[in-house]
Amino acid sequence: MSYAIQAEGLVKRYGNMVALDGVDLEVPVGKVIGVLGPNGAGKTTTVRILATLMRPDGGRATVGGYDVMKDPVRVRGLIGLTGQYASVDESLSGRENLVLLGRLLDMSKRNAKARAVELLERFELVDAADRPISTFSGGMRRRLDLAASLVGRPQVLYLDEPTTGLDPHARNEVWEVVRRLVADGTTVLLTTQYLEEADQLADRITVFDHGRVVAEGKPGELKRRVGGQTLQVRPTLASDLDEVGRILAELTGAAPARDLNTGLLTVPVADPMLVSALVRRLDGAGVAVDELGLRLPSLDEVFLALTGRPAEESKRNTQQNPIAERNVA
Amino acid sequence: MTTTTIAPAVISGTQPSPLRIGPAKAVRHGLALAGRGIVKIGKSPAQLIDVILTPIVFLLMFVYLFGGAIAGGDVAGYLQTITPGIMVMTVFQASIGIGVSLNADASTGVFDRFRSMPIARSAPLVGAVLADLVRYVVCLAVLLTLATVMGYRVQTNPAAALAAIALLIAFGMSFSWISVYVGMLMKTPGSVQGLMTVLVIPLTFASNVFVPSQTMPGWLRVWSDINPVSLMSDALRGLLNGGEVAGPLFGSLVWMAGVVVVFFPLAMRAYRRNAA
Ligand SMILES: Nc1ncnc2c1ncn2[C@@H]1O[C@H](COP(=O)(O)OP(=O)(O)OP(=O)(O)O)[C@@H](O)[C@H]1O
Ligand SMILES: [Mg+2]
Repeated sequence: MSYAIQAEGLVKRYGNMVALDGVDLEVPVGKVIGVLGPNGAGKTTTVRILATLMRPDGGRATVGGYDVMKDPVRVRGLIGLTGQYASVDESLSGRENLVLLGRLLDMSKRNAKARAVELLERFELVDAADRPISTFSGGMRRRLDLAASLVGRPQVLYLDEPTTGLDPHARNEVWEVVRRLVADGTTVLLTTQYLEEADQLADRITVFDHGRVVAEGKPGELKRRVGGQTLQVRPTLASDLDEVGRILAELTGAAPARDLNTGLLTVPVADPMLVSALVRRLDGAGVAVDELGLRLPSLDEVFLALTGRPAEESKRNTQQNPIAERNVA
Repeated sequence: MTTTTIAPAVISGTQPSPLRIGPAKAVRHGLALAGRGIVKIGKSPAQLIDVILTPIVFLLMFVYLFGGAIAGGDVAGYLQTITPGIMVMTVFQASIGIGVSLNADASTGVFDRFRSMPIARSAPLVGAVLADLVRYVVCLAVLLTLATVMGYRVQTNPAAALAAIALLIAFGMSFSWISVYVGMLMKTPGSVQGLMTVLVIPLTFASNVFVPSQTMPGWLRVWSDINPVSLMSDALRGLLNGGEVAGPLFGSLVWMAGVVVVFFPLAMRAYRRNAA
């Protein structure tokens, strides 16, 4: 397997403060890695080192096989960067920004203009192309930022919190763009505080906390590592709660947790085959349920289990993954 | 993995020597970024207000307010002497603005983007210095127009006058590297402005722009005679009004070269640090 990015033992200090404390990272060519972590975990610092904007105090990193410290110019020729904060020139128009970047990448005037038009079309910015960027919405700015980092057709793209502050619609647009880039073979390193985002886009997730990697794996693996599955049942009638609770306790040998607000009973299960047994028992007892499902722990719970505190800013992931029947009986 | 276009270096086992940006490319990148700077000035011409007002204020103030006292009534003759000096002084003033604006610029994501691209490291700074050409031209156009209205006349020939202007612009660009350095060093635009103002005063006022060095006490005279503003003013007087050129011109060129040799690398180093 060949790696687009390899980092070993990256250390970065700001004075006494240790921002990175030995970070290892490996990203295979053509994959998306999600770097997940709360504020101050060291995500931006890692991206800046890999983008040659900053030298680490320890460790080494290569991008496309080139050492970020020894051969930064070659690394820069491979990468595109969309930083956490806007990285386009506010006083120029979108088109002017893109043409300038093309010129800096040694395109002819004609090619730079053509590339700008191509990107403006792709990011649906044609109508706003010649307007000052100060009139852009947050989503438009982010799209222009992305377009700007793609002018040189980078093989490795860094996206530092690309959707922070965007509404769900704009966020979906950015996700779509990332998916298309990956389909074209681009390697993407994406940092995010949104668990849902990493889950949606990333092939692998690396969880950072306090400058260290605290977990690494496929989204599903991480979820499994944190704990087993949970069985959830919501009886249609609140009066059936006791009866269903008894059945669950009998089947699993553990007392289910009850949420009186939602009328949901939750119990950990070791054997997924219990679901069919449960359905038969409920049938036999004549109890109707609104919801019945097995779910893996959400990434929020993964985060809590790995770092000892909840992921900041992430909205509670209320969506479940019902892998058994819903609305039975 | 199937097809990969990257990771060529690891396969051979030997790393190629690091890629460097050649001087020709560096110049091209610098010019592209200078173009950006000029477009930006065109979009908000209010940035030019200082280089429009400074020459007007200086010329009117020194000629009409102090001219009588300093020159003993020969205002026309004083205008002839002082105009080249005020040209130097205003261009010098104009050249310190760059540190302030670069200080604000360099902390934005735009400069991060430049730094993450395969372009010459110096290009954003060189581009900004070159874009200041517009400011110098505006400054000198305003100054020379007003001086002409007030009665100033070039005594030599157009070729010498053009040479004078080109020399002066090169002078401004050379000395602006001090401001670029300070701009990369300081935390805020305000502190850049403050430090540069303090630095500029002994250079502009302790010079022969307004009064001849001969009238000064010994120690000040020594400084005034080697002050780059004095030397440049003398060179311009020679080129515009007639008189000796070679000596002061040589002195000015030595200063310009010295400032660039010292402050360009310092500015570049501070710029690199600034990123980390
Ligand atoms: N220039 C700096 N000077 C001092 N400390 C810094 C600097 N930049 C970052 N830090 C510190 O280093 C740590 C890691 O910062 P970093 O920006 O990499 O975190 P992050 O994961 O990107 O956080 P966020 O989600 O807030 O963007 C933080 O504690 C931060 O305060
Ligand atoms: Mg960050």
